[in-house]
Amino acid sequence: MRLLLILAAFIAAGPTAFAADANRGAELYEARCEGCHSLDANRVGPKHRGVFGRKVGSVPDFGYSNAVRNSPVIWDETTLDRWLTNPQAFIAGARMGFRVSEAVDRADLIAYLRRESGK
Amino acid sequence: MNPRIYSPQPIGRGVSRRGFFDSSGQVFLSAGAVALLAGCAGNAATPMSSSSAQNDVAILNVALGLEHEAIAAYQLGAESKLLEKPVLDVAVLFQTHHKEHRDALAATVRKLGGRPVEPKTMNDYATALNASAIKSQGDILKLAARLERGAANAYLGVIPSFKDAELAKVAGRLAADETMHWTALAGALKENLPAKALSFAA
Repeated sequence: MRLLLILAAFIAAGPTAFAADANRGAELYEARCEGCHSLDANRVGPKHRGVFGRKVGSVPDFGYSNAVRNSPVIWDETTLDRWLTNPQAFIAGARMGFRVSEAVDRADLIAYLRRESGK
Repeated sequence: MNPRIYSPQPIGRGVSRRGFFDSSGQVFLSAGAVALLAGCAGNAATPMSSSSAQNDVAILNVALGLEHEAIAAYQLGAESKLLEKPVLDVAVLFQTHHKEHRDALAATVRKLGGRPVEPKTMNDYATALNASAIKSQGDILKLAARLERGAANAYLGVIPSFKDAELAKVAGRLAADETMHWTALAGALKENLPAKALSFAA
C-alpha cells in the first residue's frame, strides 16, 4: 500500500519528478539545441532566456508560424516536456520537428531552461 | 548548381504541387522530392496526407534556415581576414557544401508547394552569432565547430518527425556531412574525439 502511494505521488508530480540536473541540461543544450537556438539571440529558433513561464510564440521580434503564435499554451514543465517529445503533435502546424526522445534528457533541459529563466 | 544534387526534370509521378494531390486528397511526395535531395531518380511514390506533407515542408524550411546561417557564419569567417591557408580553403569548401544543401532544400520546398525561407541579413547573423567577439582563427573554428555539431544533432533530431521515410534518410545524409565538418574542425582545434560511441544526439 505504501509503495502504491509513493508511486501515485510520483506520477502526480509530473514528468520531471526525478531529480532533474540543470548542469547536465546546460551541456545538452549546447550540444543539441544550439544548432538552432541561443539564450539571448533569435536565430533559426527564438531566444530561450525567459521561456519558462511565458506564453508560447510571444518573443516579439521572432517570426513564428501562425499555429505557434496563436497558441494559448504557457511554457512550464509539462508543456515543455510535451513539446520536446513531439512538437508537431503538441501544436499542429508548428515548424519545429526536433524531438528529444529520452525523458531524462527532456527533464534536464527543462531544468536548465527554468534556471536560465530565473524561475 | 551541382546536377547530382538537383535535377530540374520532373521525375516519376511529377513534382509540381498540383501533381502531388490526387482526388482523395492524398499527397504523393517521394519520387520527385526525394530525387531532388538524394540525387537519384525514384519511381515509387508514398501516399501522404496534406498535413503530413506540410509538416515535412516545415521541417525542411527550418533546415534551410540552418543552412543559411551556416553559409553566413563561414562568410563572416572568410571576410574577417583571420583565416589562414589551408584553413581558409577548408572553410570555403565547407561553405560550398552548405550552399549545395541550401539549394537542394530550397528546390525541394518549392517543388512540394512551399515557399523557401529567405536568409536574414549579414548584420542579423553577425549579431546573433556574436561575431564582434571573434578575435582569432581559433575563435572562428570554435564557432564553426559548435554550429556544425549543433546542425548534425538538429538533423538527427528531426529524423523521427519526417512522415516521408526518404526525407528522413536525406536528413541522415545531411547530418553525416555536418559530422564530417565537425570532425575536421575538432581536429584543427586539436580537440579530443568523443571517448564513447553514439555521442551525437545524446
